[in-house]
Amino acid sequence: MYTQAMDTAPKEELSSQVRAMRSAEEAQLEARFEARIDDGAFIEAKDWMPEHYRKTLVRQISQHAHSEIVGMLPEGNWVTRAPTLKRKAILLAKIQDEGGHGLYLYAAAETLGVSRDQLLDALHTGKAKYSSIFNYPTLTWADIGVIGWLVDGAAIMNQVPLTRCSFAPYARAMVRICREESFHQRQGYDALLVMMKSGTEAQRAMVQDAVNRWWWPSLMMFGPPDSESTHSAQSARWGIKRISNDDLRQKFVNATVEQAKVLGVSMPDPLLKWNEQRGHYDFGPIAWDEFWRVVNGHGPCNRERLAARVKAWDDGAWVREAALVHARKHAAKEKAA
Amino acid sequence: MSDEKGNVTNEWPLWEVFVRPKAGLDHKHCGSLHAADAAMAVQMAREVYTRRQEGTSVWVVRSMDITASDPGEKDMYFDPMEDKVYRHPTFYELPEAVNHM
Repeated sequence: MYTQAMDTAPKEELSSQVRAMRSAEEAQLEARFEARIDDGAFIEAKDWMPEHYRKTLVRQISQHAHSEIVGMLPEGNWVTRAPTLKRKAILLAKIQDEGGHGLYLYAAAETLGVSRDQLLDALHTGKAKYSSIFNYPTLTWADIGVIGWLVDGAAIMNQVPLTRCSFAPYARAMVRICREESFHQRQGYDALLVMMKSGTEAQRAMVQDAVNRWWWPSLMMFGPPDSESTHSAQSARWGIKRISNDDLRQKFVNATVEQAKVLGVSMPDPLLKWNEQRGHYDFGPIAWDEFWRVVNGHGPCNRERLAARVKAWDDGAWVREAALVHARKHAAKEKAA
Repeated sequence: MSDEKGNVTNEWPLWEVFVRPKAGLDHKHCGSLHAADAAMAVQMAREVYTRRQEGTSVWVVRSMDITASDPGEKDMYFDPMEDKVYRHPTFYELPEAVNHM
């Protein structure tokens, strides 16, 4: 899974970045940092970095981490109702992966000097964003297949360039995640293929219905158009973002249309058409007002998702506390012995 | 628990995880996680970092117990080795007949 939310930060941050009376020493450090970025060097957590670089990364990596663990919720909805034991085992493995991805990413964010509790608190109080795709409901079993195919497919498009991100702990986490993500996409497509090739008429209709509902939100995962993206230029300059939102989106459309043909489904876009001149598929306008509505908390499941996260955190409080007390007691005993 | 500033927190401490991918290879740092104690850290490292048989052995160590070289002194610390090319075998050009010794 992936978050598009790197572009959805409060706008005033940009102006605060410009101010700053800097000492000569800091200017020198910044020049050296910029030179390393230009050389394509990796930045490690303990290296000097501009405050705005640090802040941008904390925001992006933590939003990405939040997306991984919130992404477990719509899929968890189908664990007990998976059609076969095989599909249930696959789904459980995928959901466990998402939890692992969240952990790699939280750990990468923590190297920048924020604590796990601070990051989770930002999620639980609604201060931090997560990918808006998870604010849509999973109504049928076909939704689980389509999430693997389209949502994880879009995630892979987004995440592969991040393995070359200038911030090394993030890049290393992304290498690990990308290696595991391919299974997510393939198992989803495989589940859909079974329904399309050997399913009933009703099952095929169910797949098409799921594609109709997830197609546009999947395209929104790449974030706002380049022309309206507030953070893209600076992120590109710093080697945090390597390929623009629109370019990634186009790449995703081109790849997916061919996969849809093999599957035997159509995309809910009458304007989707191969453009010989551009060498790309043209596609219809995206409803950005819907995107912003969902980002700002008014999607079909925003409240439900956040409430489920907060409940899990609160219900687990006694476990976290008990484990800590137990560990301290045994440490004290060992010391005394 | 307390953080670097001495504030008491209820966060589980941070551990660094090292995994030996297969017999005969070194343990390699692969990431970190929070756990209440060492036994829990080993168990969670297994769940998180070896879900696809990536390892045959796991080490964990409290992050705060690691002493590292100062990244700010990196140049001063490691660059002196740059001009000691005679420490590499390729520095020595031998006659063709014996060059593969």
